[in-house]
Amino acid sequence: MRTLETYDALIKYFSNIIHSVQTLSIGLKLTLKHLWEARTARDPLGIADEDYFIKDKGIATLQYPKESLPIPNHGRYKLHNEIEDCIVCDLCAKVCPVNCIEIEPIRATDIIGKTSDGTNKRIHAAKFDIDMSKCCFCGLCTTVCPTECLTMTKSYDFSTFDCADHVYEFAEMTPLQILEAKQAFEEKQRTKSTSLVKSMKPSGDKVVFKPKMFKPKLPKKKDD
Amino acid sequence: MHTFLFYLPFLLFFVLAAVYGERKISAFIQSRFGPMDVGPKGIFQTLADLLKMIQKEDIIPKSADKPIFLLGPILVFTAIFAGFSTLPLNANLAGAAVESGVLLLMAVVSLDVLGILMAGWGSNNKFSLYGAIRAIAQIVSFEIPLGLSVLCVVMICQSMDLQEITREQGLYATDPIFLFGLKVMNVEVTQMGGLLSWNIVKNPFLLFSFLIFFIAGLAEANRAPFDLPESESELVGGYHTEYSGFRWGIFMLAEYGAMLLISFLAVILFFGGWNTPFINIGSFQLANWTMGRYWEVFWLLSKTLILVFVQMWIRWTYPRLRVDQLMTLSWKYLTPFGLLLVFLCGLWKLTML
Repeated sequence: MRTLETYDALIKYFSNIIHSVQTLSIGLKLTLKHLWEARTARDPLGIADEDYFIKDKGIATLQYPKESLPIPNHGRYKLHNEIEDCIVCDLCAKVCPVNCIEIEPIRATDIIGKTSDGTNKRIHAAKFDIDMSKCCFCGLCTTVCPTECLTMTKSYDFSTFDCADHVYEFAEMTPLQILEAKQAFEEKQRTKSTSLVKSMKPSGDKVVFKPKMFKPKLPKKKDD
Repeated sequence: MHTFLFYLPFLLFFVLAAVYGERKISAFIQSRFGPMDVGPKGIFQTLADLLKMIQKEDIIPKSADKPIFLLGPILVFTAIFAGFSTLPLNANLAGAAVESGVLLLMAVVSLDVLGILMAGWGSNNKFSLYGAIRAIAQIVSFEIPLGLSVLCVVMICQSMDLQEITREQGLYATDPIFLFGLKVMNVEVTQMGGLLSWNIVKNPFLLFSFLIFFIAGLAEANRAPFDLPESESELVGGYHTEYSGFRWGIFMLAEYGAMLLISFLAVILFFGGWNTPFINIGSFQLANWTMGRYWEVFWLLSKTLILVFVQMWIRWTYPRLRVDQLMTLSWKYLTPFGLLLVFLCGLWKLTML
């Protein structure tokens, strides 16, 4: 019995040597193959390119700032708001799961303009800030946007040295314009409370979306 | 003298080139580009790194044992560099005139254990000490198979002088050389020179001896897959965790120096040293044409650099061994086979040559 065990141990000893020589040579061959194939490098081709699967050998990485993979036009990266088309409905800020959109609306006394799809603009945007460092790129804000003014763009490399630079401001009102808009609104409120004149006549324009006419409330934070 | 005039500048230049080479080889093996920005294809990357390194502050930890901490890296590099003194460069430049050159080399290189222990102990840091203890256990264990494989060559060549060992492996041999060392076949190849008179061809057992030597050499130089003393993932940086700037650079220099020294020694002991690999065939006196003062230096360096490449290739292929696997490899596999090879080489010398 004892001799049999020593015999087994001997077999194991030598099979260990044979096994390690075999596996080690496989490893060396594999790395040498890669070393040899590194003569060629992949081109920066997108998945949509029909040659994408042709070059599957060689260096797989790209020298990023010098060359980069093409991004499709519907890439979903940095947010962009076309403020001309924005009706300041605050839906995006409400739906945002990480509260990265901050809006300060001022009610206008009358229709202040039209968006490109014909909706009346009745609210001034005193502030429309998107903090891209908070953004989780879920895209919910773009789906709720009634006028499709809030979109995700293909620009993905917007790193900055200061975190504060990640707050993108889309509102175009000057402080003076904001002040005037506020005063006009207060004036209107005062005259409305004294006289019983109806504040708004229904306009004959075709309304694609009718924004709610009260001041939007930001969701309360738990810390407050 | 040529140790200082040739090997020291060569070593410094080699480290610059080898760090770049290693980064490129590792990158290509992993299908990456490697350094690309500094200079064309990034060839000045190491130079830039070196400039950054020597500008760094020389930090000495407050609780470190100062004299030991400061002396450690210097001793490591001195020990490795002293090993170069016995190396021949060509047929006329023989290195230090020591009869027992191999023995001296092995003894002096073993001293770097002392430097590593000083660095690890003096740092007063548990990671450094772990690294140093691992390094000592590893180098002391692998010294034995390394010594045994060198002993095989010494027995075959009947000399411990590296220049003498090299000379017997080529055209300038004083003893007749037979094909594969088989006297019975009576095919003398002394005048053919080249590949056929290299030790590894002269005695086929030395091929296995070389494998043992190379594996043990990797472990001696603390190279992957035996880089346990400095395993980054477990020990931060091993025995040089606390070192910064130029002192850390000296460790790096010593590591690449050890790599180079092991390769030089392997080439001299097994691959004919400065002898040409080409053979005289009839009127094509290839061996004679490719032997000369500069050719010999070229052959020695090119063979060495090929072995250095193999070391890098191995490093980027294999994962690191565990401590117990390392000890098993040394004591259960390499040492018994080393002893067996010494015995076989002795028999071979007595019966065949």
